[in-house]
Amino acid sequence: MLNPLFYYESVVLALRQIWANKMRSILTALGIIVGVASTTAVIAALTGLKTKVLSEFETFGAARLYVLPSRPEGMPRNLFPWEKIRLKATEAIALKEQCTALKGITPISETSLSVQSEAETLEGVSVTGIWPAWHATENRQVIHGRPFSQQDIDNARQVCMVNDLAVRDLQLPLEPIGEHLIIGGRRFLIVGVVETITERMTGFNTISAEVFIPFSLMEKFQDRDFFMRFVAIANSPAEADEARSEMSRVLRKIRGLSSGDPDTFRVQAIDQFIDQFKSVASGITAVAGGIVGISLLVGGIGIMNIMLVSVSERTREIGLRKAVGATPTAILLQFLLEAVTLCLAGGLVGVLIGQAFAIGVSHIPGANLDQAGVPAWAVLLAFLFSAGVGVVFGMFPAIKASRLDPIEALRHE
Amino acid sequence: MVEPIIQIRGVTKIYHVGVEVINALRGVELTVPEGEMVAIMGASGSGKSTLMNTLGCLDRPTAGTYHLGGREVSNLDAAALAQVRNEEIGFVFQSFELLARLTALQNVELPLLYSRGKSWGWARERRRMAEEALDRVGLSDRMDHRPNQLSGGQKQRVAIARAIVTNPRILMADEPTGNLDSVTTEEILSLFSKIHTAGQTVLMVTHENEVAAHCQRVVRLRDGLVLSDTPSSEDPTVGPFVRAHGRAA
Ligand SMILES: Nc1ncnc2c1ncn2[C@@H]1O[C@H](COP(=O)(O)OP(=O)(O)OP(=O)(O)O)[C@@H](O)[C@H]1O
Ligand SMILES: [Mg+2]
Repeated sequence: MLNPLFYYESVVLALRQIWANKMRSILTALGIIVGVASTTAVIAALTGLKTKVLSEFETFGAARLYVLPSRPEGMPRNLFPWEKIRLKATEAIALKEQCTALKGITPISETSLSVQSEAETLEGVSVTGIWPAWHATENRQVIHGRPFSQQDIDNARQVCMVNDLAVRDLQLPLEPIGEHLIIGGRRFLIVGVVETITERMTGFNTISAEVFIPFSLMEKFQDRDFFMRFVAIANSPAEADEARSEMSRVLRKIRGLSSGDPDTFRVQAIDQFIDQFKSVASGITAVAGGIVGISLLVGGIGIMNIMLVSVSERTREIGLRKAVGATPTAILLQFLLEAVTLCLAGGLVGVLIGQAFAIGVSHIPGANLDQAGVPAWAVLLAFLFSAGVGVVFGMFPAIKASRLDPIEALRHE
Repeated sequence: MVEPIIQIRGVTKIYHVGVEVINALRGVELTVPEGEMVAIMGASGSGKSTLMNTLGCLDRPTAGTYHLGGREVSNLDAAALAQVRNEEIGFVFQSFELLARLTALQNVELPLLYSRGKSWGWARERRRMAEEALDRVGLSDRMDHRPNQLSGGQKQRVAIARAIVTNPRILMADEPTGNLDSVTTEEILSLFSKIHTAGQTVLMVTHENEVAAHCQRVVRLRDGLVLSDTPSSEDPTVGPFVRAHGRAA
């Protein structure tokens, strides 16, 4: 019944109205602008982070598998004491020998000890017991000297590797191969320097001094039933699944579990971590969504308020429009379109600010946000939400306007 | 006989203000044939505006019937009444009621904005119609002026252009010269006469005999009832003005 021109002209009218009251419009739309801008920015940053992390996972971790001790769910503690479920080095050896789909495996155990060089003594340095395969599983290379050999492990030789931060902190010579360190009271020969990784987002960022020793020496520094985990790498990402079931089978056999018994360990592939990360990310997105919800609510109330003011300011105009033939629906649509236009304008400004923020953070070095960008769905959602706020909060003032009696409205001062 | 354009029977209008009941109209009877120019007169509070608003479909009577061009309109809903106002009635107000943000031309276009069943081409057609209406009231040279750039008489001309732009069946005016000086009043009245001469039915509320003298017929109200309904030349107070000016056959 209303011609298409009407809608077009109502929007033009709304834009003129907004333009005529620039300051007021900006203040009114502020809630929406802030809400949309902050959410867009958060989503942009999160999207960037996700892209980055996932691509890191893909390049470095698709073939990686983790073995962790695990008490079967819902089982009483006394049936599965720690001694029964903890991983043991002998199990790592068995996995290494029996799993054909594995390229390498290493047990890993960490502790912190005092480390002494000729020049410096440091307390609480992270000391990690590893096997040679660690370089492959962690994708961290030796930059000077050599990695551990199998003999180092088998014979529990007192050799160690350090990262370059440890070289700096312990005031070692830049090429410290051949130097000695006193680690937890024992004398170790430095055989290699491991690269320090600060750029990668693989979950464990190296940011402090680290010392590595052959895993077989770890028990000298640890309690009897100390905690260890295994990290393995499959021959290829394609074989990760096969490796997982193989490891599971071997471990169950070693542990003498019969077919009905639950696993007392967990073999996790990287995709499970990816899933975890994704669920964290969507959790953050949901929180951001909650924030936008609140600010849109606040913004919406602002819109409703200003539209009520607008309706009462323009009561005479409404009366006149009705007198010359505007139906209640036409008046309703006119005010609704004005609210929606105002909200969409606010949404647009918000998206632009969010986009600017995303571009800004993507240039922060080392923040892992260089992939930050506002995804199309977020832009679409921002506009949908803005329009929705316009409709919901503009409805009451618009209905009020549409119900005005023309004669009374024209008599309004 | 040709169907009268306006025919009301037993129209009453009751206002409730708190506990007070105001009988603004108490059973008005009125018939207006097409092409007439009628003045509605009466003391303040006699119900002229109430009657005019009812005839203009701005308001509904409490009781009674209203046939506009043969169609019963007293029981239509708000949307249907809006359509009647849009298509059949042009209304001129005492205080002009122009929208300050719009130019003269845009003000005149306003009723056409709410015309039904039009498509994109309507924009150009509408503009042409508005220009033509402004031309008829002699304001072709003020089309892009805003109301605050116009004199009172010019504003009322724009308002008249807005009222006639849709080619309504009736042109109604409630004290159209109430806010104007006598010279301007004369100009506006000759404009109404000119429009009437072109065949337009005109209804006009006024207090002034000079104004009523431009009409063919005078309807006097008192306390919400029709007191007299005579040709203007026979009205006791308007008659002398008609004869003095030799107007209105
Ligand atoms: N909205 C209203 N509510 C209550 N009473 C009203 C309303 N409108 C008009 N009235 C009353 O109805 C009566 C007729 O009013 P109306 O405005 O029709 O008079 P009028 O003849 O136009 O007077 P005037 O010459 O002063 O314009 C008056 O007593 C007035 O007080
Ligand atoms: Mg009046």
